Amino acid sequence: MNLLFEGFAWIFDPAHHGGDEGIGTRILQHLGITLVVMVIASLIAIPLGYLIGHTGRGRSVVVALSGGVRALPTLGVISLIALSVGIGFTAPVIALVILAIPSILAGAYSGFEAVDRRTIDAARAVGMTEGQIVTRVEVPLGLPLLIGGLRSATLQVIATATLADYVGAGGLGRYIFSGQATNDYPQMLAGSILVIMLALVSEALFSLLQRSLVPAGVVAAEQRQPDGETSGGPTRKSGPRRSLIAGARR
Amino acid sequence: MNWIGNNLPLIGERTLDHIAITAPVILLSFLISVPIGWVANRFTASRGIVLSASGVFYAIPSLPLFVALPVILGTGLRSPVNVTIGLTLYGIALMVRSTADGLASVDPDVTQSATAMGFSDSSRFWRVELPLAGPVLLAGLRVVSVSTVSLATVVAVLGVPTLGLFFTDGVERNILGEIWAGIVMTIVIALVFDVIIVQLGRLLMPWTRSSSAAVSRPGRRTRVVAPV
Repeated sequence: MNLLFEGFAWIFDPAHHGGDEGIGTRILQHLGITLVVMVIASLIAIPLGYLIGHTGRGRSVVVALSGGVRALPTLGVISLIALSVGIGFTAPVIALVILAIPSILAGAYSGFEAVDRRTIDAARAVGMTEGQIVTRVEVPLGLPLLIGGLRSATLQVIATATLADYVGAGGLGRYIFSGQATNDYPQMLAGSILVIMLALVSEALFSLLQRSLVPAGVVAAEQRQPDGETSGGPTRKSGPRRSLIAGARR
Repeated sequence: MNWIGNNLPLIGERTLDHIAITAPVILLSFLISVPIGWVANRFTASRGIVLSASGVFYAIPSLPLFVALPVILGTGLRSPVNVTIGLTLYGIALMVRSTADGLASVDPDVTQSATAMGFSDSSRFWRVELPLAGPVLLAGLRVVSVSTVSLATVVAVLGVPTLGLFFTDGVERNILGEIWAGIVMTIVIALVFDVIIVQLGRLLMPWTRSSSAAVSRPGRRTRVVAPV
């Protein structure tokens, strides 16, 4: 346990705070990589997921592809891309985008699929156009599941961005790799503690966001029928719920 | 691609190393998760605690965990014990949720009928609830298997011999074929494990074999039980 104190002592040592090698810079680099990856992955995955969710086409292909990507070792992808585009920022960003897309995609299409068919039929019956059904009904109702997808993708990206420095892209992983090279275990621990804290903070923020983004109408409806979720209840938090989907698309 | 031809024995050796690390982890994750999932599902109070604890655990990034774990365990950074325990913790974090969900998916009418027929608590669990939760458990185990096999490559950056060493070595020495060998063999192991798990599931749960035919029958109310 003494080592753990040394790790924390390393973090609180003012000598490690400022400058190009400081904790502040490394956290910003780590968050910068995460942000760039999440923006690119979202721009690709959200429209595609919405398209799949709205039309109901292509879902099986995407499910199979997402399963395949899960087997793909990210370290291998980073290495592979680094050999072709060179050392630096690009290789980890591309590899992390590949890692992030399946979760966001699943959140986007399962959010749409979880919408009760009767709600969509009702929207069509009151004269909404397809565009209005998407933007005014499916997007708001699917938002909690989409945020759930973004949440797990962000978690994965923050965690895996630790590997970015393995090809020289900086971030908090630097402390782990340079600590290892110089046999400086407290430094490795410090880097690890910082990444773990970053991941936990992101989880906490997303869970708050997820709760605040449920449309008011849905909250009101749930309060009117407090027992509405007892049958399939255990899994309302995050991630695509297949039972829900199966019920909606029967 | 010359590298692959010249290093076939090494590829075989690392593949076996990889299997030796991941197979016990997958088995352990399953064995440990079933009782925890049972506790989570049995009592309302424990459900929230166990599931949020496993959620937080899953949120801990892997490489940092492998660095921090030796402090708690008192093992070396490259010790197989460290790697096995770290990977198993992730497996449990995933698997506990599937177990609890699977047990919760058993129709309460069925469990009550079993009690009414005179099943004791333990035989009801082993002979009614666990088999009926089986498909969800199987789906969870498949996810655990794939993610364990893929995650085990990461420990190579710490110097633990797995297929991941082909990635670090390949980057250092600029050998594309070596990296490809690592990626392909990782995916092959994941696929083989997946096939084995699915076949074991078919063997142990023969009733699930006919359910795919039942799903396609129109007009019948079916429940999709296996999220893949």
